[in-house]
Amino acid sequence: MIAEFGLAALWVAAALSLLQLVAAAAGLRSDSEALLGSVRPLAVVQAAAVALAFAVLILLFLRTDLSVLLVAANSHSAKPWIYKFAGTWGNHEGSMLLWVAVLSVAGGAVALFERKLQQRTLIATLAAQAAIGLGFYAFLLFASNPFARLDPAPAEGQGLNPLLQDPGLAFHPPTLYFGYVGISIAFSFAVGALITRDVGPAFARAMRPWVLAAWIMLTLGITAGSYWAYYELGWGGWWFWDPVENASLMPWLAATALLHSVSVLATRDGLRAWTIMLAVVAFSMSMIGTFLVRSGILTSVHAFAVDPERGTFILALLGIYIGSALALYAVRIATVRQGATFNLLSREGSLVANNLLLTALLGIVLVGTLYPLALEAATGEKLSVGPPYFNSTTGPLALILVAIMAAGPLIRWRHDQLRMVVRRLAIPLAIAATALVGLLVFQPGLHILPLLGLVFAAGAGAASIAPLVKRNLRRTPLFTWGMVVAHLGVAVSLAGMASESAFTRERLVAARPGETVIVGPYTIRFDSVDPVAGPNWSAIEATLTARRGQGTPFTLHPQARTFSAPPMETSEAAIATRLDGQLYTVLGKSDGQGRWQLRLWWKPLVTLIWLGGGMIAFGGLLSLVGHLRRDRRSARREAFE
Amino acid sequence: MKAKHQRLLLVGLALVALLAAVLLAMSALKDQAAYFYAPGDIARNGVPEGRAVRIGGMVQQGSIVRETDGVTIRFVVTDETQATVPVRFKGIVPDLFKEDSGVVAEGRFGPDGMFVADEILAKHDENYRPPELAGNRHKAESLE
Repeated sequence: MIAEFGLAALWVAAALSLLQLVAAAAGLRSDSEALLGSVRPLAVVQAAAVALAFAVLILLFLRTDLSVLLVAANSHSAKPWIYKFAGTWGNHEGSMLLWVAVLSVAGGAVALFERKLQQRTLIATLAAQAAIGLGFYAFLLFASNPFARLDPAPAEGQGLNPLLQDPGLAFHPPTLYFGYVGISIAFSFAVGALITRDVGPAFARAMRPWVLAAWIMLTLGITAGSYWAYYELGWGGWWFWDPVENASLMPWLAATALLHSVSVLATRDGLRAWTIMLAVVAFSMSMIGTFLVRSGILTSVHAFAVDPERGTFILALLGIYIGSALALYAVRIATVRQGATFNLLSREGSLVANNLLLTALLGIVLVGTLYPLALEAATGEKLSVGPPYFNSTTGPLALILVAIMAAGPLIRWRHDQLRMVVRRLAIPLAIAATALVGLLVFQPGLHILPLLGLVFAAGAGAASIAPLVKRNLRRTPLFTWGMVVAHLGVAVSLAGMASESAFTRERLVAARPGETVIVGPYTIRFDSVDPVAGPNWSAIEATLTARRGQGTPFTLHPQARTFSAPPMETSEAAIATRLDGQLYTVLGKSDGQGRWQLRLWWKPLVTLIWLGGGMIAFGGLLSLVGHLRRDRRSARREAFE
Repeated sequence: MKAKHQRLLLVGLALVALLAAVLLAMSALKDQAAYFYAPGDIARNGVPEGRAVRIGGMVQQGSIVRETDGVTIRFVVTDETQATVPVRFKGIVPDLFKEDSGVVAEGRFGPDGMFVADEILAKHDENYRPPELAGNRHKAESLE
């Protein structure tokens, strides 16, 4: 019965979103207070209904109700409960339900908490949000019903892909979805503002917290996904330029650009048309990401569905939403009054440069991701675009971007003098030059990109702290702290990336138990190989004793696991984290004559990559809280006056 | 500067940046995209020497040889045309790499006609087929 209850809740949510759209459209047309007033409650109730449907699906998975097709196909009664729970979204239908649930809950949150936006713009925003939701409700109900029954119920489920059986699954997809789909709020704000022609600083200040929140989630989701791939896949890499990774990177690039242009609009009333455009682009990237991942056009661990009909459905939704948003943009943007102007050497100018570079990066990633698909569709020719393309194109642009990021906050709004800017940048420039000379002398033979990466990281790290110099730190606004922490996070992450690619030591050997291998500063003794068993897998486990110089030895246990349902082998890397890097060990195959393949890496400072990612997100959070606090204070002041 | 001029300037800058990005992307694509070949394509059109490519097919029965260092293997990739490509790979092969089963290898051809693979593409599970290979099989079936 509960599956039917969930399906009913989903239908109710779909009906409510239609009602929300109609009420908002009619209300805006007739200016009827009753209709306009009904939109907010509708959005909230709709969010509650779809959240209920999602909760029902979680319950079905927790109970392993095998009479539900989705559960039987993707779960197994012998799985640990955490994977039963997280397995709810480890499949196509479940993850689409999560998608639409996040969409509606975000819409509901806007309806509940947004107080700054003028009423008509808010109603138009909620109408746009309902229109997006409606399409995805239709997709779920007609093409991806998560609650479909299976009769007769099988005795046992088929299990979850073992690569997904990891605590990361509980965290990575929901965070990423909150980011991905949260961007829809920015899109709806933009559509709402275009409908009511209300583009200005007040609008930007209302939109900023929502953009920030989605962007924080995206940042966390990408960082977590990167670390997950790093330790779970056992390939020692932290970013593979896999199309699915790109699908999450593209909205992030657009959202990062949007975040910065929104602050120009909020502070200086500039970049009006551009900000609106970016909001449309950012959500387009989320939709393209959803299409790439969910259509089955890509084969990867993320693509659960291989069903062309579903792909066509999502593509149609993408075309409708993006097409109509662009049409609305084309019709209305001319009526958006011109914003304020500024000198090129100014904070605004640096933010424009930031936006152009982020957009160029976005274009390059988009071309590289879509080109193989387009070529195969057009000519049948097959090719793959991988790290060589992405590294050689995005690397140099990213370095320029970091340089602008370092200088930007030290340039004044409106106009500034080059002499003064250079003076403010003197210390960071000196630090970067010292790093360059030091690396050239002590680490000759580094490749150009890692070398420049380390140099730029040093300079940008120093420059990002500079806005705090000679300030009363206790009176520095929280959002300035946020900017400093986030920019410092970029430098930290860049240092980790460059260090990983410059200094990693790798050994690949076939060894017998008892032999020792040296990698980087570590001496590793291969003690033994033993069979071990887990709840739903069995494994061969190596025991390695690692020692650094005369330090305390410690043991590592890399495993080669064999899962029973579904039958599959995975390798579980064993990683030792130290302050200055990670020792990463993988157990390979036996050669049948007593030797085992071992792959060992010493990766100096690799953890900085994700530490930096965390700092970027935390900076975003500080900024979000800072802006909310200031807005509340100024609202109170207005009320007082 | 007048507002209109500024907008024109910004739009111009944006176009230049985008154009530069697209040109950069196109030239990098020309040099660095890895084309996919089946052994039959190699037999027909010769070896694309020195450039990164992907080859895909089936691992020939009985062809996997392990070299004495314990980490390098050699094997032969074949397809329905019975053409063959010898491959050498140093590393840990994916779990589902075995004889008479599908494989995609990324790397370059050496001057001796041996394909030196940097990477053997992992099949994530029993149902996974490399997309390129899935297409070929499909084609082969429709021909029959």
